[in-house]
Amino acid sequence: MPLLEIKNLHVEVEDKKILNGLTLTVEKGQVAAIMGPNGSGKSTLAYVLAGKDNYNVTEGEILLNGESILGMAPDERAAKGVFLAFQYPVEVPGVATMTFLRTALNAQRKTRGEPEFSTPDFMKLVRDTSAKLGVSQEMLRRAVNVGFSGGEKKRNEILQMAILQPKLAVLDETDSGLDIDALKTVSEGVNRLRSPERSMIVITHYQRLLDYIVPDVVHVMAKGRVVKTGGKELALELEANGYAQYTDEAA
Amino acid sequence: MNAEIRGIKTAAEQGLATAFAGARDTLPGKGAVAALRDDAFKRFDAAGLPHRRVEEWKYTDLRALMREAKPLAGPADIRKPADIAAILSGVDATLVTIVNGRLAPEWTDKNASDPGITLLELFAFLAENTDYRLGQMPGHGDQASLLNTAFMSGGVGIRVKRGAAERKPIHIAHVFSGDTAAAMYPRSVMIVEPGAHVTLVESFSGPNGIDYQVNSALELVIGDGARVDHIKIGYDGDAALRISTLGVTVGAKAVYKDFSFTTGGAVVRNQTFARFAGEGIDAFIGGASLLKNKQHVDNTLVIAHAAPHCDSRELFKTVLDDQSHGVFQGKIIVEPHAQKTNAKMMTRSLLLSDEAEASQKPELEIFADDVVCGHGATAGALDPGLKFYLMSRGIHEKEAEALLIQAFIGEALEEVAHEGIRDDLNLAALRWQGARG
Amino acid sequence: MPAVQETVEQVRLIDVDQYKYGFVTDIESEKAPIGLSEDTVRYISANKNEPAWMLEWRLDAYRRWLTMREPTWARVDYPKIDYQNAYYFSQPKKKLASLDEVDPQILETYKKLGIPLQEQEMLAGVVRPEGERRVAVDAVFDSVSVATTFKAELKRAGVIFMPMSEAIREHPDLVRKYLGSVVPVTDNYFATLNSAVFSDGSFVYVPPGVRCPMELSTYFRINEANTGQFERTLIIADKGAYVSYLEGCTAPMRDENQLHAAVVELVTHDDAEIKYSTVQNWYPGDADGKGGIFNFVTKRGDCRGKNSKISWTQVETGSAITWKYPSCILRGDNSRGEFYSIAISNGRQQVDSGTKMIHLGKNTTSRIISKGISAGKSNNTYRGLVTAHRKATNARNFTNCDSLLIGNQCGAHTVPYIEAKNSSAVFEHEASTSKISEDMLFYCRQRGMSAEEATALVVNGFVKDVLQQLPMEFAVEAQKLISISLEGSVG
Repeated sequence: MPLLEIKNLHVEVEDKKILNGLTLTVEKGQVAAIMGPNGSGKSTLAYVLAGKDNYNVTEGEILLNGESILGMAPDERAAKGVFLAFQYPVEVPGVATMTFLRTALNAQRKTRGEPEFSTPDFMKLVRDTSAKLGVSQEMLRRAVNVGFSGGEKKRNEILQMAILQPKLAVLDETDSGLDIDALKTVSEGVNRLRSPERSMIVITHYQRLLDYIVPDVVHVMAKGRVVKTGGKELALELEANGYAQYTDEAA
Repeated sequence: MNAEIRGIKTAAEQGLATAFAGARDTLPGKGAVAALRDDAFKRFDAAGLPHRRVEEWKYTDLRALMREAKPLAGPADIRKPADIAAILSGVDATLVTIVNGRLAPEWTDKNASDPGITLLELFAFLAENTDYRLGQMPGHGDQASLLNTAFMSGGVGIRVKRGAAERKPIHIAHVFSGDTAAAMYPRSVMIVEPGAHVTLVESFSGPNGIDYQVNSALELVIGDGARVDHIKIGYDGDAALRISTLGVTVGAKAVYKDFSFTTGGAVVRNQTFARFAGEGIDAFIGGASLLKNKQHVDNTLVIAHAAPHCDSRELFKTVLDDQSHGVFQGKIIVEPHAQKTNAKMMTRSLLLSDEAEASQKPELEIFADDVVCGHGATAGALDPGLKFYLMSRGIHEKEAEALLIQAFIGEALEEVAHEGIRDDLNLAALRWQGARG
Repeated sequence: MPAVQETVEQVRLIDVDQYKYGFVTDIESEKAPIGLSEDTVRYISANKNEPAWMLEWRLDAYRRWLTMREPTWARVDYPKIDYQNAYYFSQPKKKLASLDEVDPQILETYKKLGIPLQEQEMLAGVVRPEGERRVAVDAVFDSVSVATTFKAELKRAGVIFMPMSEAIREHPDLVRKYLGSVVPVTDNYFATLNSAVFSDGSFVYVPPGVRCPMELSTYFRINEANTGQFERTLIIADKGAYVSYLEGCTAPMRDENQLHAAVVELVTHDDAEIKYSTVQNWYPGDADGKGGIFNFVTKRGDCRGKNSKISWTQVETGSAITWKYPSCILRGDNSRGEFYSIAISNGRQQVDSGTKMIHLGKNTTSRIISKGISAGKSNNTYRGLVTAHRKATNARNFTNCDSLLIGNQCGAHTVPYIEAKNSSAVFEHEASTSKISEDMLFYCRQRGMSAEEATALVVNGFVKDVLQQLPMEFAVEAQKLISISLEGSVG
C-alpha cells in the first residue's frame, strides 16, 4: 500500500477553484518532487494535506496509509505523521523554540497514546539534533521564528521535522529565500532524514533544490493537476524549457 | 450612567431655560420640527450643561466654562461679510454665508453654476425634502447637540448629485456679527447622493474681544460610493465659545475625509459622531490645532464601525503654547459583526510652554474579534536633539523651532486633499507662528 | 529547620478546603449579625479588641460612606448590591482542623486550577530542597488571619509581618501614622466601606536599610457564604528597604455573588522598593454568569521618598467583576512606578482594570505593560491614567497595552487618559487589539497541538513580558491558570 494516495482532488479557496482533480501517489520511503509554475496549486496542495481551514475539498480523497485524513483536524494529522515545512514559517512571539518543540512533541505522543518525554530526555534529544543541524542553543531559547533570518527559519523547520520524525514530510518551497550556503545546510538536514520509513514531498519552483535533495520521482503540476510524471531528469528538462508547454497544454 | 440627581441650575442653565421659553413660539419650523425642539430641550434640561463628571465632557467642563447664556443673536445687517474672502484666499468655492445663525442670501452664491447641487435655506430644504428626517444623525443625543436642536435658527440644506467630478468646493462660512455678545445656533444638512463627489468647507469666524457663543450642527449623509472631503476651519474671535457637532453617516464603499483646523476661539469643541453603515468604507478623520494664551480646544470623536471591511485612520496634532489646554478624545467602536475592521488612531501633542496642558484619551471599544485596531498617543516638547541638529547647521533657535513645529503640523495637513485649501491652512499655521514671535 | 517545621504545621492547621452547599460541608463560624450599621462596625472593632481611636476611625468612615454613592463609570454591569443582606464579619468558631472531606468534583476543579498545588507550593514552599526562595505566609480566612509563618525569623531581621488586627494592637504608632495615608478614608465608595468594616489583612514594616530576607505572601480565602471580605493591607518600606510581597486569592463556587472590597496601601521612603504581585483567582461565576466574586479593590502605592520604586504585577483570572486599578503616586524625585498586568476574562466575566501613574516629583518614570485577553462572552477593559503635574519636570511614561480577542462574542476595550501639564514630560502610549492569529494557531496545530493547547501556548507567548515580572513560583502557577481560564474558549 502506498503511504499517500490522493485521488481526484478538487479544492476551493474562497470560492475559487485551485485544485482540479489532482491525483498523486507517494510510496513509502519515496522522495517526490512537485514542480510547477506560480499559481499551479502547489502550496494549496501542501495546506490541504496539513488540513488548513478554508481550503475546501469539494471532491476526491486523501488516504494516508489507506486511511482518509480529510475529516481530521490539523493536530490529528500531525500525530498521524504529516509534517509541513512552511514556505513562510510563522512567528510566535513570547514562546521559546524549546517550549514549542516540547509542547508539540508531547502533544503528538499523547495523541498517539505514547508516554511523554521527560525533560532531561527531551533536552538531550534537542541538543543532539540541533547540533547536527547547526542550530545554536541561543536560537532555541529565542521565541519561535521571531527575529530569525530566512535561513534560520528554514533550519528551524528542519529541526522540528527531525524532532517530530514524521512519516510524510511536505517541504513547501523550502529553498525560497535561501542563499546557496543556507540551501546546502538545509538540504543536508533533509537528506539525513531520508529513510525507507519516511516519504517526502518536495515542492519547488526551481530545479536548483533538486541538485541537493535528489528526488526519486518528479511530478509537474499545472492548473491544479499533475500533468506529467517522470524521473529526476524531468527537472532538468523543465529548467531548460520552462513551464510554458505545460500551462498551454493544460489550458 | 449619569443617574446623578440634578443640583441647582447654574445661571447659564436658567438663562437657557428662559431663552427657550421666550423663543420657542417664534423659532422657525412648526409641527415635527417644533416637537423635535421641545423634546430636545426637555432632554437637555433634564441633565443640564455637561460637566467634568460626564465622561464624554470630562476635559471640557461646559458648566464651568459657560458662565452665562447669551441672548439669541438677531438677524444682522451686514454690508460685507467680515473677511470671509480671507478665510479661503486661494480657493474658488461656492460660498454659503450664515450670519448669526441664519442664511444670508445676498452673500450666498446661487448654485446656478453647478446643476448637480441644490442649495436651500434649511427650513425651505426640509419643506421640500419631506422624506428627510432631521435629528436622526449620530450624536443627536449629546447635550450640546440637543441644545442646538432646541434653538436652531436656520442654516442651509444641500443636496449633491452625482456628476461633475471636478466641482468647486462648497464653503459654508459661519459668521458672527454684532457689537455685543450673543448666541447663535446654526444647523445645516448635506446629503451626498451615491457616487457623488464634493469638498465641503465649514468655517467659523467672528470679531475678537466679544464673548459670543456658537453652537452649530451639521448633519451629513454620505451615500454609497460617494466621496466627501469635509474641512472645518476655526478662526473664531479670541473670546468666543464655540461648539460644533458633526453627525455623519457613511454608506458602503464611500471615501470620507474629515479635517478640523483650529486656531481661534477661547473655548472650542469640535465633536464628530460618525457611523460607518456600509461595507468597504475608506475613512480618514484628523485635525490640527495651534493654541496659545488660555485657549481651550477640544477635538472629540466617536466613530462607530457598524459594518465589516471598513478602514479608518485618525490623526490629530495639537501645538500648545502659553497656558493653552488641548484636548483630544477619540473613541473607536467596533460593533459586533463589523469584522475585518482596520482602525488606527494617533494623537500627538507638542507642548511649547511649561504651563500648557495636553489631555488625550484615545479609546477602543471592540466587540468583533477579527479586527486590527490600534491607537497611539504621545505628548512632549520639541525634540532637543533635532533642534540642536538644525542649530548646528546655522539655523537660529526660533527658526529651528518654527521649522519643527511646521513639520509637526504639516504631517497632519498633508491629509487635506484639496491643494488650495491645504496651502491656505499651511499659511495659517505659519501666520500663527509669526504671531508667536 | 525549625522554621520549616513551624510552617508545615501551620499549613496543616489551615487546610480549609471545606465547603458547604453541594460540594462542601459546613464549618462552624461565628458572624456579626447580618447587615451593616454602626453596631456592625462596633462588633468588628470589639471582636478585635481594638483601641478607641481605631473604632472612631471606622465609625467616621462608616458615616461618610452613608453619604456616598456607588461609582458607575466602569464598564461593569451587575445587579444592585444589597449591603444589608450580607455578613461583614465571620470567623471560624473553633480552631480549624485538618479536613479532607472535600467533594471530589471540587477537588478535581481545584486540582485543575492548581490550587492544592498552590497551597502546598506557596505555603509549604519553604520545604523545597533548593531552600533559596522562602516564602512567609499570612493566611486570611474570611475575616481573620488564621496563621502567619516565619514571624520570629523576620523579627530578627527587624521586619514586622503580622495580621493587621495584631498590628493595630502591637504597633499602634506605625499603623496610625500610615493607615489611610495613601488611600484616604473617603477615597472612593468601596475604600470607605472597607475603612469602616475591614477585618484582617497583612501589615508589613521593613526598617531602614533592610532587605527582607524572604518573600512575604498573603493567601486570601473567602469560605463563608453570603459574607464579604474586606481585607486591609499596609506595607511600608523605610529608607533603603526592599520587600517582595505576593498575594493569592481563591473562593469556593457559589451561586450567589460575594463582595470583596479590599484596600492595599504601600509606602516607600527614600531609596526603598516594594514589589507587589497578585494572582487573583476568585471564583468567576459559572458559564452563565451565576455566582462569582465582585472584586472591588483599591490598591495604591505612594513613592514618598526620592529614588524609591513601586512595582505592581497582577494576573487577574478570577472574579465575576473586577474593578481594580493598582496605582503609583510618584511623589519623590526620581521615583519609579511600574504596572504589569495580565487580565483574562472568559464566560460572563467583566474586567475593568488598569492603573494610575501620577507624576508629581521631578525625573519620575513609569512603565505600564498591560495584556488583556477576552474570551467567551466576557468584557475586558483596560483603564489607565498617566498624568504629569506642573512641577513634574522630565516625567517619562511608556505604556503598551495589547488586547487579544478569542471568539466573536466578547469585548475588548482600552480607555487611556493621558494628561501632560509639563512640557518636559514625554509620554508614549501604544495600544493594539486583534484576534488571536489564525496562522499561529495553524502552525502550532500542524505540529500536533490541540486547539486548546495551541491557544494556551500562543496566549502564554502574548503575556510573556508580564509573566517574567512574577516571582518564579507564581509564574508557573499563573501559566497554568491562563490555560485553565481559557478552557472552552476555542473549538
